[in-house]
Amino acid sequence: QMGNRNVENSCNTCDFSSLGYACRNISTSSALQNRTHVSCDIKGDVAVVRFNTPNSKVNTLSKQLSAEFTDVMNEIWANEAVRSAVLISSKPGSFIAGADLNMLEACKTAQEVTQLSQDGQKMLEKIENSPKPVVAAISGSCLGGGLEVAIACHYRVATKDRKTVLGTPEVLLGLLPGAGGTQRLPKMVGLPAAFDMMLTGRNIRADRAKKMGLVDQLVEPLGPGLKTPEARTIEYLEEVAINFARGLANKTVSAKRSRGLMQRLTDYAMALPFVRQQVYKTVESKVQKQTKGLYPAPLKIIEVTPLHHLICFFSFFGQLAVTKESKALMGLYHGQVHCKKNKFGNPQKEVKTLAVLGAGLMGAGIAQVSVDKGIKTILKDTAQKGLDRGQQQVYKGLNSKVKKKSLTSFERDSILSNLMGQLDYKGFEKADMVIEAVFEDINVKHKVLKEVEAVIPAHCVFASNTSALPISQIAAASKRPEKVIGMHYFSPVDKMQLLEIITTDKTSQDTAASAVAVGLKQGKVVIVVKDGPGFYTTRCLGPMLSEVVRVLQEGIDPKKVDAISTAFGFPVGAATLIDEVGVDVATHVAEDLGKAFGQRFGGGSIDLFKLMVQKGFLGRKAGKGFYVYQEGVKNRSVNSGMDEILQKFRVPANPDVCSDEDIQMRLVTRFVNEAAMCLQEGILSNPLEGDIGAVFGLGFPPCLGGPFRFADSYGARQLVDKLRKYEAVYGSQFTPCQLLLDHANSPSKKFHQ
Amino acid sequence: AQPKTKKTLGKTGVKNVVVVEGVRIPFLQSGTSYADLMPHDLARAALQGLLTRTSVPRDVVDYIVYGTVIQEVKTSNVAREAALGAGFSDKTPAHTVTMACISSNQAMTTGVGMIAAGQCDVVVAGGVELMSDVPIRHSRKMRKTMLTLNRAKTLGQKLSLISKIRPDYFTPELPAVAEFSTSETMGHSADRLAAAFGVSRLEQDEYALRSHSLAKKAQDEGLLQDVVPFKVPGKDTVTKDNGIRPSSLEQMGKLKPAFVKPYGTVTAANSSFLTDGASAMLIMSEEKALAMGYKPKAYLRDFVYVSQDPKDQLLLGPTYATPKVLEKAGLTLGDIDVFEFHEAFAGQILANLKAMDSDWFAQNYMGRKSKVGAPPLDKFNTWGGSLSLGHPFGATGCRLVITAAHRLKKEGGQYGLVAACAAGGQ
Repeated sequence: QMGNRNVENSCNTCDFSSLGYACRNISTSSALQNRTHVSCDIKGDVAVVRFNTPNSKVNTLSKQLSAEFTDVMNEIWANEAVRSAVLISSKPGSFIAGADLNMLEACKTAQEVTQLSQDGQKMLEKIENSPKPVVAAISGSCLGGGLEVAIACHYRVATKDRKTVLGTPEVLLGLLPGAGGTQRLPKMVGLPAAFDMMLTGRNIRADRAKKMGLVDQLVEPLGPGLKTPEARTIEYLEEVAINFARGLANKTVSAKRSRGLMQRLTDYAMALPFVRQQVYKTVESKVQKQTKGLYPAPLKIIEVTPLHHLICFFSFFGQLAVTKESKALMGLYHGQVHCKKNKFGNPQKEVKTLAVLGAGLMGAGIAQVSVDKGIKTILKDTAQKGLDRGQQQVYKGLNSKVKKKSLTSFERDSILSNLMGQLDYKGFEKADMVIEAVFEDINVKHKVLKEVEAVIPAHCVFASNTSALPISQIAAASKRPEKVIGMHYFSPVDKMQLLEIITTDKTSQDTAASAVAVGLKQGKVVIVVKDGPGFYTTRCLGPMLSEVVRVLQEGIDPKKVDAISTAFGFPVGAATLIDEVGVDVATHVAEDLGKAFGQRFGGGSIDLFKLMVQKGFLGRKAGKGFYVYQEGVKNRSVNSGMDEILQKFRVPANPDVCSDEDIQMRLVTRFVNEAAMCLQEGILSNPLEGDIGAVFGLGFPPCLGGPFRFADSYGARQLVDKLRKYEAVYGSQFTPCQLLLDHANSPSKKFHQ
Repeated sequence: AQPKTKKTLGKTGVKNVVVVEGVRIPFLQSGTSYADLMPHDLARAALQGLLTRTSVPRDVVDYIVYGTVIQEVKTSNVAREAALGAGFSDKTPAHTVTMACISSNQAMTTGVGMIAAGQCDVVVAGGVELMSDVPIRHSRKMRKTMLTLNRAKTLGQKLSLISKIRPDYFTPELPAVAEFSTSETMGHSADRLAAAFGVSRLEQDEYALRSHSLAKKAQDEGLLQDVVPFKVPGKDTVTKDNGIRPSSLEQMGKLKPAFVKPYGTVTAANSSFLTDGASAMLIMSEEKALAMGYKPKAYLRDFVYVSQDPKDQLLLGPTYATPKVLEKAGLTLGDIDVFEFHEAFAGQILANLKAMDSDWFAQNYMGRKSKVGAPPLDKFNTWGGSLSLGHPFGATGCRLVITAAHRLKKEGGQYGLVAACAAGGQ
């Protein structure tokens, strides 16, 4: 049936003859009743086309929706009483959120994807060339394919609210705008802005879009009237859009935009071949530098944007869609969706009052992401100075949003009214959850746990934000261990997306549900793992950092180590990472985990870290680690004080395992092996969460999609071979785990099907 | 007329408070005859008018309360400055209140409270606004520099401060009719409100035209007895409001939207205009008024203040307040003979009428079982309203009350209801 439809479509796009339409009408008369995704109302001489993917919060450009859309548009073109059209969604929160990923993923070959892209472009070209003006009335997400539909229209009216965002996120999935956006966008917003949108995939809010020339009119959201604000606002958007559609048809409204002086100057400059070349060159070198050539999509976007041979561009889209990078990024997308759900269901009691113990970087960060979600938050510290610093951090975090105009100063103030800074346990009797972020020492943790349990109500959850101390050990001091859970945040809390939640054998389901609910409310991507030394994330990082130390001891300097690791796709170099984590923290963790896991965490000498701590080289926070950090200095230099230390711990390198590629693989295989072991031991409940945790918490190269995705694409056999090779040189820290061996022995076994 | 639910709203044990008289100077479009005066000059003229009209002995007045919105910094307690200048006793205390467009309502109810509590017997309440002149300030940076300059001791320090002044320091800060909390101008909010209730441009223009026509008629028939003439220094005596200008729907239709451009519905013609003016009212305990030989014009019985979301329900005060005050008084909408509602924008009035007539809105936003109902238009602002007579923010409340009293008398009605919306969502 689908095949048939495609044939008809392509036949139809050959020309605009009325015969074709008549033909279409006959064939769609039966489809009329069956339409489930797109409907059409005629209001006077304006046709209102409504998108509404059934049983879904968002509209996606699925095969079904596209086919029905084509049908409806053909009817509109054939209907002489209709002089213009408005495209709108029946869902206030989503215009069209993008193409249907399942549809893309179902494609086996690049040719299939190319075909989809070509079909889409043909339809949009018809809209673009439509003699009857078409107005897009945008409310909610207008992304990817949705944006392509919108910019093919003659005029765009958008609701100015937070939900309405426009963007081309294709690059984040390793793709490019697949239906002509690479051609239309630069014409609309100018080349620099188009590159910025397509290469970063950033969401653009409606008011910004208006300034850029991406939308023509804004509609302010309405308050309550005779209907709910949402219902009335979208109705109003439709009324306004209808008026503009009518105006365009009557020629009382011009679709031509008056461009500002700066825009006109930019346009003029862009018309000069020399300037254009410069722009391309600059953008390309910037992308090369940032992606290290590991991501094909951004480079293809640059390549395709000046092209006018669409064929070439379609095939690029097709090629990209089947790359392993795109598969990896789409996998991460699915993982994120998975980790935005609470598998424990709704908790019995919603957390309305949260108490955070410790106003350090972590504590204040947790408070910040809570107060702005409307959670009343008590921030408690033991000293006024520390508390002041923490409160200032929250204020600064929110105020920076005011400066960026994503928040008004009034909203900032009213958000801050949710924050109560204090030095005592006042009000803890009303707390629904306490998250402690105090010093990482089991005795301190036990002390606060006991103090807190004396004042909190029975239902209150006690969560520990620790990066390595086992939760069951902390819970040992609790009178109610079923209410104790781990919530491992990543620093800086307001930027890092991941939250690792750790449950012990005694943690109740409701406690877990409550913790996940809070995490999701805070906007986090949540993975839930079992308790154990280092949980999942810290445990994977341990062996890799140990190997980094080993590599450094073998005489590779920190800059080189960073270069090698970023070339592999890590966003932060491995040596820099240690500086960021803090050498004292790393030492602490390495010792703890070393005790728990023995030789498997060996390799590098922990005494090297200890000496660094002794010398005060604690990393970024101390101004000195492997590098020297100075306020305002961008190009940091290697800490010369480290030469002596590195020399002291110097070990000979074996040239057989010291090529750049070998070093990369030594780091990564240990990471992947440990991740697999976490899955094997049941710390992780599935590979998907393992991938998400590694990428969003530890910066595992996104283009590889996470350790499990990488094991699949690289091949478990090949991984095991590498591990064996290094095992022979270094010993048992490289011994592959049973799960990897199983996968290596049966090639059909994959972590992701 | 239908029988009333209640014969009287008098309450045992509570003093009856009465309006003896209320006056106002003519309301003028800003930038016209009052342009060179100061706010207390207008208030003074209203107070003098009240004295002349009532011949009330000055030493009888226990207290004076005035409402104002945009304050002249030199006369921040404008009530006191005006009272002194109007020849009231310097022994009569005075204070100034502010509550946006219901500032003089606040002044009156403050007086009611003082009398009811037995603190005073005679209170003068009023309001004033001068939009011809508003305080325009130096930028914060400039102010800071100037204040630091005051403290600088040596010439060197002074010069170094002066050398830090940059051109952008000279950008002035203008007051705007905008919400502080949302930064939205009131006209913009009114346009969204009209859209939320589906009020069309034509409906708004028609309503505005009605206001102007009724005001013109009332003015021509001499019904606006609250107006007292004002001899403006250096200019002729002003005797009439000058903003009443009945136009035609066709002409009004030509205007472009003033706030939501280019497709909004609120225009200059269907909004109230910037106005200069002042009002004053003499209120007393009933006993005192009768003892002094006055024939009171009205009782002031019940009042409520409400507030709601300043973003999306900025101008819906009347909708929330009307059922509440009726319930408090034990009346129904049908008992009311005279409605005087403040007309900030035609769209705002029409949105309020629709909201009051909506069960859905009453149930979902007001926590009520059913709607209160919309006031019938034949009892509603029949002598014009703020759209046509003008709206000096601080002074309008007194105009509404005295107009209601005059209309009740003229039409032989018993109960009047006054309502107004104010910035801040109150």
